Amino acid sequence: MIRLEHVSKVYKTSTRPALDDVSVEMDKGEFVFLIGPSGSGKSTFLRLLLREEVPSRGRVYVSNFDVAKMSRRRVPRLRQSIGCVFQDFRLLSNKTVAENVAFALEVIGKPRNTIVKVVPEVLQLVGLEGKADRLPHELSGGEQQRVAIARAFVNRPLVLIADEPTGNLDPDTSQDIMLLLERINRTGTTVVMATHDHSIVDSMRRRVVELSLGRVVRDDARGVYGVGR
Amino acid sequence: MRTSFVFSEVVTGLRRNVTMTIAMIITTAISLGLLGGGLLVVSMIDKMQTNYSGKLEVAVYLTNDVSVNDKDCSQQPCAGLRSALEKTSGVESVVFENREKGFERFKAIFEAQPELVKLARPEAIPATFRVKLEDPERSDVVVQAFTGKAGVKNVDDQGKFLSRLFDVLNGIRNAAFAIALVQAFAALLLISNTIQVSAFTRRTEVGIMRLVGATRWYTQLPFLIEAVVAGVIGALVAVVGLMLGKAFFLDRVLRDPIQSGILPQLGQLDVLLISPYLLLTAIVISAVTGYVTLRLYVRL
Repeated sequence: MIRLEHVSKVYKTSTRPALDDVSVEMDKGEFVFLIGPSGSGKSTFLRLLLREEVPSRGRVYVSNFDVAKMSRRRVPRLRQSIGCVFQDFRLLSNKTVAENVAFALEVIGKPRNTIVKVVPEVLQLVGLEGKADRLPHELSGGEQQRVAIARAFVNRPLVLIADEPTGNLDPDTSQDIMLLLERINRTGTTVVMATHDHSIVDSMRRRVVELSLGRVVRDDARGVYGVGR
Repeated sequence: MRTSFVFSEVVTGLRRNVTMTIAMIITTAISLGLLGGGLLVVSMIDKMQTNYSGKLEVAVYLTNDVSVNDKDCSQQPCAGLRSALEKTSGVESVVFENREKGFERFKAIFEAQPELVKLARPEAIPATFRVKLEDPERSDVVVQAFTGKAGVKNVDDQGKFLSRLFDVLNGIRNAAFAIALVQAFAALLLISNTIQVSAFTRRTEVGIMRLVGATRWYTQLPFLIEAVVAGVIGALVAVVGLMLGKAFFLDRVLRDPIQSGILPQLGQLDVLLISPYLLLTAIVISAVTGYVTLRLYVRL
């Protein structure tokens, strides 16, 4: 589903590569934690998958997209098959929960009748039924992240990318969010999650890819956060 | 493409920076108004040219001596002058008008000003050859050949007066176009700036749109349409402004020359006829500026 072949990324403003000869493969339906200290290259890794960045060397494949080589015109197609969740939720403050989720479908031109059908479904999936008409500031942090996950998942992406989705949440709420991501993963969606949260990684026992200074230093099929430290 | 979605975005965008939008509309309107004014002058000149062509004459005024003594141009030098005029190449027709006829004509022209007619005496009006040319532009031949001839007082080329008038009108037109151009440049910068501001205030939306895979058109179209809508409103304001300006300013200031037939009457229809050009200019300028701005300055 995701394959990086000898990928390096050097930013113009930096002498040290953000990613240095990284080769990783992630299968369909996998749940992968991407860990490592700040500056280790996690964000660059995720940005390459979304083609927010183009690698300096190497190749990136997501599903059947040759991400590095594809034309700009096809980038929207790639992004429609990837859902994204961030630490800061990135909800539109002037739109309700339902409108926030519907927005993701409206802007890719989905027909109205599809939208009114699938939005309540996905809100139910993330446990926000009954809160469709609330505004983001009326919700707790955990609920806001659920809206963000609903928005990322509503178009049934092949891959869900989560960049420290629990970074702003307390441990209990984080646990709920992880259960939700697991449920989404069980539908066959590949989940790639960058995180600093030891307890989550340790409790989930999923695949762990650790980056350090732009290199893959560990790739355990059922790993924990702190091994070898 | 969901049009309702795009248009709701456009309306939000225009409302969100309403002061900039108004500035954009005003500048565009002034620019297009001046452009329209220039185009109206052009159509005025056209009308004048059709009005006058075929009516333009060269008047050969005869001396007092001839005017008094030769009422039907049967004697010399009048008869000789007439046949010489008729033989001149490029002359279409020659009509002799003696003092009495000339005075009648004078009275008819200045009918509206009886005090002037009262003051005038037939003796002040010379007998005249009214010479019609095949090509009014080539009046020089007659003027040069007959000025100073025996029996001729002076030769008056109506075309000369008219070309002075055309010069003035052309000058007005060029000035209007020049100011319109400067204003258009200001409008262009404002459009570009408004789009940048608009894109900045909506960066969260745009960021999400990019992320969920909205196409470039989907993200850019609201901004483009926003610019075009402001441009079109500007054009409509300009057209209304021109109509009002025509009705309440131009028609009053130029009432006399229009009534005496020197300047042609411009109708509201003339304003309407140029409005498609103004609209088209507005759309093209705002769309092109918008597109270039989005390409160069805004990462969408």
